[in-house]
Amino acid sequence: MDKVIICINCPVGCRMNVKLAEDGSFLSVSGNTCPRGARYAEQECTAPLRMVTAVIPVSGAAVPLSVKTSVPVPRESIGGIMKQLSLLSVRAPVSQGAVIVSNILGTGADIIATRNV
Amino acid sequence: MIDLHVGVLVIGAGPAGLAAAVAAHENGTDSILVLERENEPGGILRQCIHNGFGLHRFNEELTGPEYAQRDIDRARAAGIPIECNTTVLSVSAGRVVTCVSPEKGFRQISADAVILAMGCRERPRGALCTPGTRCAGIYSAGTAQRFVNMEGYMPGKRVVILGSGDIGLIMARRMTLQGAKVLACVEIMPYSSGLKRNIVQCLDDYGIPLLLGHTVTDIRGKERLTGVTVAEVDGSRNPIPGTEQDFECDTLLLSCGLIPENELTSGAGITLSPATSGAVVDERFETSVPGIFACGNVLHVHDLVDYVSEESAAAGLAASEYIRGKGKKELRWSVVDGPGVRGTVPQQISSGLQDDVRLMFRPSGVFKNAVAVAESSGKEIARKKAMIFTPGEMALLNIRKEALSGIPEGSITVRIEGEIQHG
Repeated sequence: MDKVIICINCPVGCRMNVKLAEDGSFLSVSGNTCPRGARYAEQECTAPLRMVTAVIPVSGAAVPLSVKTSVPVPRESIGGIMKQLSLLSVRAPVSQGAVIVSNILGTGADIIATRNV
Repeated sequence: MIDLHVGVLVIGAGPAGLAAAVAAHENGTDSILVLERENEPGGILRQCIHNGFGLHRFNEELTGPEYAQRDIDRARAAGIPIECNTTVLSVSAGRVVTCVSPEKGFRQISADAVILAMGCRERPRGALCTPGTRCAGIYSAGTAQRFVNMEGYMPGKRVVILGSGDIGLIMARRMTLQGAKVLACVEIMPYSSGLKRNIVQCLDDYGIPLLLGHTVTDIRGKERLTGVTVAEVDGSRNPIPGTEQDFECDTLLLSCGLIPENELTSGAGITLSPATSGAVVDERFETSVPGIFACGNVLHVHDLVDYVSEESAAAGLAASEYIRGKGKKELRWSVVDGPGVRGTVPQQISSGLQDDVRLMFRPSGVFKNAVAVAESSGKEIARKKAMIFTPGEMALLNIRKEALSGIPEGSITVRIEGEIQHG
């Protein structure tokens, strides 16, 4: 199976052809001009990862708390993470770097505060 | 009349103002004051909750608030006073700054040097000449970003985005994740000015179509927006009859470019550049009015905050040297945009350079396998090869100070040569 993806590592945006086996495992990539492109192509075609950022309401503060995942998470977990975050609220004060949820949905990523409120 | 006198007065406590203030402090200036219109420092980064900031400067990917906090912490550690809720009303060529705040009222502050770091604002609907009714539901992408990320409001449920700048792309994802349906991102140019990464991760991930070479030709709705018409455009960006499609939506976000916010600058009689809409500056970021410096997005719109911080630190250092009487110099060369190049900063270079000069400019199109060249008096003084130059990414070209020795006074032309490409 062939897949065409555009590399996102730099503005060149190489158009890469990725060959995948029947079971979806990675076979080869062409069209990349650097090794970063090859790594991205394999990751993106087999197990795409994304950072998730959001805000959650804070009782006792005018502004919501911005948060992020501590590490990139599987792309398909984004919806579930957003749903869980929508049920949360925290109480001020919160410090930047504080863990709001640990190991969210078993992804291994923590939800971390990215500002002080 | 004058309520206060300071050494270096910085207008704006975003990444530019904070970096400039810290650099002036590190260079030995102890009388520094930063004025900020908002209720806390950090500037626009406070609402940019997504990650991707700081790769060049910190070698890690921070969110906007995290990046801002590093500079806020540095300014606080240096003991630099930041007065928030303070709006500057005017700056005079004699470096008297008039400002007002609820706490301290109306004040006039004089300064030995002023650093302009007010940032930029979004191109509004009026500047786009889009036809249609004047209904509610039309926001600039950054306004929507502020509502969602800082005020906790969702601006709408069914959204069309006009323009494919990075803020629009980021908001396409943000609105989607908060439950809105983003119907399309419409871009008049045949290419997006946004990062590839944002197109993949903000549009493709959520199945949001990117309509290149299209624009909004009608806006409908009496009280609230009810729909927009989108049509394909020809090579001269005119809508092609018969290609119209209607989108039913309650929200239109505009992500159609940023404009440096220079009302204070022009009020001080400072010369502005039509290409950047920012001040004309020399390699030390000094404007046409002695002792007034400009840096960050008020000078020219950047795509990476890392470069804003770097440029602003240089401006802060220069302001600090200026008040110690080290700023004496003579303008020697003017920098001119050649083919393929727009908005080169600095526009002037003075004699007696202590460091190399980094030129920053926008490519006017997409160039592959290209080279950027700076030339003066028929002599090449700098050259840089790149696989690609795109308008979405500011290009940099260093001129080594040795390369300018022996070059007579006059103009330096910057140009890009390469294969012009679309898409």
